[in-house]
Amino acid sequence: MSTVTWITARGLFGRRRFLLLLPLPLVLLGLAVLCRSLGVDPGEWGPPVLVGLGLAVVLPVVALIIGTGVLGAEIDDGTVVHILTKPLPRWQIVLPKLAVAAGVTAVTVAVPLYVAGVLADSVRLGLALAVAAALGALAYSALFLALSLVTRRPVLLGLVYVLIWEGLLGNFVSGTKVLSIQQYVIALADRIAPTGLLETSVSVPVASVMTALVSVGFTVLAIDRLRSFSVAGETS
Amino acid sequence: MSTLSLTGVSRWYGNVVAVNDISMALGPGVTGLLGPNGAGKTTLLHMMAGFLAPSRGTVTLDDDPTWRNPDVYRRLGLVSEREAVQGFLTAYEFVLASAKLHRLPDPAAAARRAIDLVELESAQDRRIGTYSKGMRQRARVAAALVHDPQVLLLDEPFNGMDPRQRLHMMQLLHTLGDAGRTILFSSHILEEVEQVSGTVQVMVAGRLAASGDFRTIRRLMTNRPHVFAVRSTDDRALAVALIAEPSVSGVELDPTGLTVRAGDYGAFTRALPRIALNKGIRVRQLVPSDESLESVFSYLVEA
Repeated sequence: MSTVTWITARGLFGRRRFLLLLPLPLVLLGLAVLCRSLGVDPGEWGPPVLVGLGLAVVLPVVALIIGTGVLGAEIDDGTVVHILTKPLPRWQIVLPKLAVAAGVTAVTVAVPLYVAGVLADSVRLGLALAVAAALGALAYSALFLALSLVTRRPVLLGLVYVLIWEGLLGNFVSGTKVLSIQQYVIALADRIAPTGLLETSVSVPVASVMTALVSVGFTVLAIDRLRSFSVAGETS
Repeated sequence: MSTLSLTGVSRWYGNVVAVNDISMALGPGVTGLLGPNGAGKTTLLHMMAGFLAPSRGTVTLDDDPTWRNPDVYRRLGLVSEREAVQGFLTAYEFVLASAKLHRLPDPAAAARRAIDLVELESAQDRRIGTYSKGMRQRARVAAALVHDPQVLLLDEPFNGMDPRQRLHMMQLLHTLGDAGRTILFSSHILEEVEQVSGTVQVMVAGRLAASGDFRTIRRLMTNRPHVFAVRSTDDRALAVALIAEPSVSGVELDPTGLTVRAGDYGAFTRALPRIALNKGIRVRQLVPSDESLESVFSYLVEA
């Protein structure tokens, strides 16, 4: 494990903010177990729990907390200077941090989604949701990591993207769905395990290409912004 | 041996000019960057350390620009003013992580050496979060020194240190300077600079106000009229006695007391008690009325 990865992971799990990650996946898991045990028809609880809660809320919010935490928190408290004063090419700082963010997000979200998918339909749906969520975790993490370098309010901007752009506008302006990571995740999951539970609105090629573009594009942006990272003095 | 060169460096934020056309070359030895708060010292240090792009001019370390060039950190160490450290790490882990990030051949030995240098061995296995401000500062210095850099920049390194720690830090900087390292530290306290460095760069309002040997600058600062407000049991008699004193260049008498202008700071402060004793006058108050550092600086700027 690289030293950057180690420090990032220690920083992530060492902050109380980490506890924020637990409730959402637990709610997702709890709802799925409850619906299944009460014998509710999966056609009724599947879409709102798997998509409405799992892919539309739990995945992006967990990715937001972690993605803005791995670098943003260090920028906020100034400890980022310790890593930046090292002769490391900046990609060697961004990539390990992205790996930690995407990895922790994927594990946190994919496990409850897998269980919920199995309860709703089949192991195949569970795996499809887990794989698609992991890809989504990478795209979201790249986006939120880059956001923490381009703005001083990455959490706010991230929330605006998740809640307003993906959550609200996606329902009214269909064109916005082409720029929605959530829609890519749904399309990919449905491709891996076609069921009647997931309603797709972008094609699989678009979803694949866009997921890759978002992941790579925002990572490159983050590396470039970190190269020109400025520290403002407290008195200036 | 490394030289840090600044050529016509300016930095502005919108309409505010934080650093204004500064040129200097820092070679081996300890240099103090002296200036009142808000003079632009931190901005200048950040530009030297590659954390800020100059709006105009160039900052180079042995001809390599420091901005957007992480390679300079092989030769440069920075201790910033903000005392941010990963509080969840122990000092040893923290310094070891620095050594590993520098890709040193033997990180553990380098970490131990740096911790020895700042005398933090006894506390090295405690979490930094439990440290006092001065200890945290030393941990940060150890991390900045772990790769034995040619150039070390420290922003207000003595802040929050107790006198013993301060003395130790001063000795450390001296040792490093004598060993041929280029050390620059900023301070707004004249005495700190006096004790540590022979060479000073004085910054006021973003400009380089004076630069060179500390004693020469100090003489400039001290050989100027000093103004004191004096109150005593008999101001009139004291005024008469004082005006006969060679070190005194003028005395004003007003209802609140005396305003004395002295040409020589030392001679006047030694003469006053003697005169008062001889005349049987009791001095109730002696206040140097313009001794704030800012007034010393403004004098320097005008001089």
